[in-house]
Amino acid sequence: MKSAMRTDYYTATQNACNLCAPLGAALVFKGIANTVPLLHGSQGCSTYIRRYMISHFKEPLDIACSNFGEETAIFGGGANLKIAIDNIRKQYCPDLIGIATTCLSETIGDDVPMFIKAYQNGCRDEDLPALVHVSTPSYQGTHMQGFHGAVRALVATLAETASVEGPLSVNLFPGMVSPSDLRQLKEMVAAFDLEAILVPDYSETLNGPLWTEYQPIPQGGTPVAALRRTGGAAASIECGLVLSGEKETAGTWLEDHCGVPLHRLGLPIGIGASDLFFASLAAISGQPIPGKYTAQRGRLLDALVDGHKHFNGVKAALFGEEDLVAGLAAFCGELGIIPVLCATGGGNGRFVQTVQSVVPERYHDQMQILEDSDFVTIEKTLEALAPDLLIGHSKGFTMSRRLQRPLIRVGFPVHDRVDGSRMLHLGYRGAQQLFDRIANTLIEEKQKKNHVGYTYY
Amino acid sequence: MPSIPILEERQAQIHRKGSAPFEMTCGKHSLAGSVSQRACVFCGSRVVLYPIADALHLIHGPIGCAAYTWDIRGALSSGPELHRMSFSTDLREKDVIFGGEKKLAAALDELIDQYQPKAAFVYSTCIVGIIGDDVAAVCRKAEKEKGIPVLPVHSEGFKGTKKDGYKAACDALFKLVGTGSTADITPVSINILGEFNIGGEAWLIKKYYEEMGIPVVSIMTGDGRVDQIRRSHGAALNVVQCSGALTFLADMMQETYGIPYIRASYFGIDDMAKALYDVADHFETHPAIMARTREIVRREVETIMPEINRIRRDLAGKRAAIYVGGAFKAFSLIKALRYLGMTVVLVGSQTGNDSDYATLRDMCDDGTIILDDANPLELSKYIIEKQADLFIGGVKERPIAFKMGIGFCDHNHERKIPLAGFAGMLQFAREVHTSVTSPVWQFVPTRAAVG
Ligand code: SF4
Ligand code: SF4
Repeated sequence: MKSAMRTDYYTATQNACNLCAPLGAALVFKGIANTVPLLHGSQGCSTYIRRYMISHFKEPLDIACSNFGEETAIFGGGANLKIAIDNIRKQYCPDLIGIATTCLSETIGDDVPMFIKAYQNGCRDEDLPALVHVSTPSYQGTHMQGFHGAVRALVATLAETASVEGPLSVNLFPGMVSPSDLRQLKEMVAAFDLEAILVPDYSETLNGPLWTEYQPIPQGGTPVAALRRTGGAAASIECGLVLSGEKETAGTWLEDHCGVPLHRLGLPIGIGASDLFFASLAAISGQPIPGKYTAQRGRLLDALVDGHKHFNGVKAALFGEEDLVAGLAAFCGELGIIPVLCATGGGNGRFVQTVQSVVPERYHDQMQILEDSDFVTIEKTLEALAPDLLIGHSKGFTMSRRLQRPLIRVGFPVHDRVDGSRMLHLGYRGAQQLFDRIANTLIEEKQKKNHVGYTYY
Repeated sequence: MPSIPILEERQAQIHRKGSAPFEMTCGKHSLAGSVSQRACVFCGSRVVLYPIADALHLIHGPIGCAAYTWDIRGALSSGPELHRMSFSTDLREKDVIFGGEKKLAAALDELIDQYQPKAAFVYSTCIVGIIGDDVAAVCRKAEKEKGIPVLPVHSEGFKGTKKDGYKAACDALFKLVGTGSTADITPVSINILGEFNIGGEAWLIKKYYEEMGIPVVSIMTGDGRVDQIRRSHGAALNVVQCSGALTFLADMMQETYGIPYIRASYFGIDDMAKALYDVADHFETHPAIMARTREIVRREVETIMPEINRIRRDLAGKRAAIYVGGAFKAFSLIKALRYLGMTVVLVGSQTGNDSDYATLRDMCDDGTIILDDANPLELSKYIIEKQADLFIGGVKERPIAFKMGIGFCDHNHERKIPLAGFAGMLQFAREVHTSVTSPVWQFVPTRAAVG
């Protein structure tokens, strides 16, 4: 197997396979109840990020900005941040303002924690929203670092250690998954009579019904009160195998500061990873796996057997967010699909090893794993690898068209299909849907290529 | 319904026609904490230069600014498609500390060799202005080494508004103008400025002019080519689409090369016809041109009218809201919508100036809301209050309309269909019709309540 981190540092990025850090942070803040994300920097970043996310979620998505001008860049952004917070409070009356920095405010060295403290000191008698800050310079990390950083910042700023009355609760840090996935995760946890504190939970805020009246901040999201209770949870589950190599996460913070035991798992994609996820819930709750889920698992295995010939030996190229790719690679391995290419724009130096660890060794010599990669590199690599299909987000479409290979859309962004928010990847049902989509695509390809025109397969 | 609060500082940028003496503030930097629909200087430059298909567009900065502008516009090319790539120096921490010049130089070297572009544009994004890279010097050096124009675009996002970005782009373009041969250009000829070939619009427009007997030397920048821009100073007239984006260039070309310019809008039947007649008028010493123009207008209008008339019956009396980037587009849209029998109840722009808003006021009916640099809260407040049936805007406005159960027509650079020209007017009417007459609105809670 070949694997590569970009070693030649002095080379341009051509068609990036990752986004920038504040996007991830803003998405997390959209998953907190009555919260406004605020990007501290200049206007363009927040507008671009809004546009990009709106095209995927197809929902109103307000992200405020402290609107740097030329003077701000010279004298610092303290004054602007204050005005921005004032104005957000006036317009939205939020419970929380999630402040993420952009490259600009980071580069000029704004001390945002100090600005926040000064603001809080200046309004002692007022009922202030929680102000949570995460540092997200994009020259240090991708949208995934921004995402995980914001989750950690929320917990680190708000969690309280006090023991909690009532039902056992579990902190669930699912990573960047779809609203459908989030809904399903909540259901899964609830089935064990546990309360899920999901951080973030944008299952309603970014995938809600039509409105009867205008909602300045869309309903839904993890309540700030629930964030405070994360310190008293029975356990934390943090999803993402690449993430699990990270020393400073929300989960480790709660473990270190509040003694909440941490379960670090992969995203529950496919059978093995879902089994582990359910096993953790069973262990935390002391309850057996509910019949509903064993039934789902049963149907999935039945489908796997029925369809196994469509998969075994098929070659797939996977690309996108690092933990999603790692999860998909594991699932491919379970189906007999060889993940000939696994590529990500991020990776943190842990991607190659992680992917290797989840894919059966017999496939390794046919695989290439690319970390910190871009689409031009990915496409060039694929020309030689000749995969049967691609699995990744919408930005791989032009590549799939040139290579004349079908693209199964997963993850973020899905800008060219209507169901980006509703795609399910997790749990047995998620695996079932992925399985069905992949199988149907492979059959369709066969059908298209076959001159007889069979109507049964 | 809870009333949506409007920030005091924003009141002066909102006007209700007929309610008070007209005084609007505009051209202001967006208010901190307000969710402006505006972008940044870089965005303005990128919009203008993006369609130049045989140039390298290298974005100097961290990855986001490039990632978010990768292949996001429907600007078509009849040949090379280098403009659809996203190139970034992808600055990392080390560059921010030690400077990004070396990386920029290496990127230019690598990309120019790999793609053999006819020119390269290097866009500075925000932090480049802070870390103090001498982008111009790096460009000069690359230009010498590679033998193609390498043009810095001073588009640091925070140094102004989108308009400053237009200006920076025009400055870069102007460096190309005048560097090519004008040998075989006829005295009757034009440049089309400010037309970006969204969904092939520039091709439609160009065809009309050529049928009139007027060769088009260059289109800036739709389906743009570096060599055409270099010889564009040979044209007799610049026809500037009113978005304002290319007006800076038209001014510079007038001053330096004595090329006059006229304004045009290609949206709506009246404005489209006027755009052709105005150009024909300019070449009045060639009466055949005017004769042909009349013929073209007659033919084109005849072609689309039967369907337009059918559409008009369904749209009569429906209410529309408009929020677009440039005010000039709003003028045309008001006329086009009226042509379809609709009433305009709200109109706003991101970047209008005093005289734009004065014109808008004169055009609008009493009670119409006029907005400058509006935010989502304001937009939704007023589309609900005005019971709009249709909202015309860009991607960022779409979900606001849809959440409240209001039809939508995308009139931004990201759309894929041509809305300019006579054929475009028909497309526009169809778009509006498809949205407004959909049966889904019957299920929408807000509308059900109103009845
Ligand atoms: S400057 Fe940084 S935060 Fe802003 S868009 Fe670019 S990469 Fe993202
Ligand atoms: S960093 Fe500056 S140039 Fe880039 S998108 Fe943000 S505001 Fe625009």
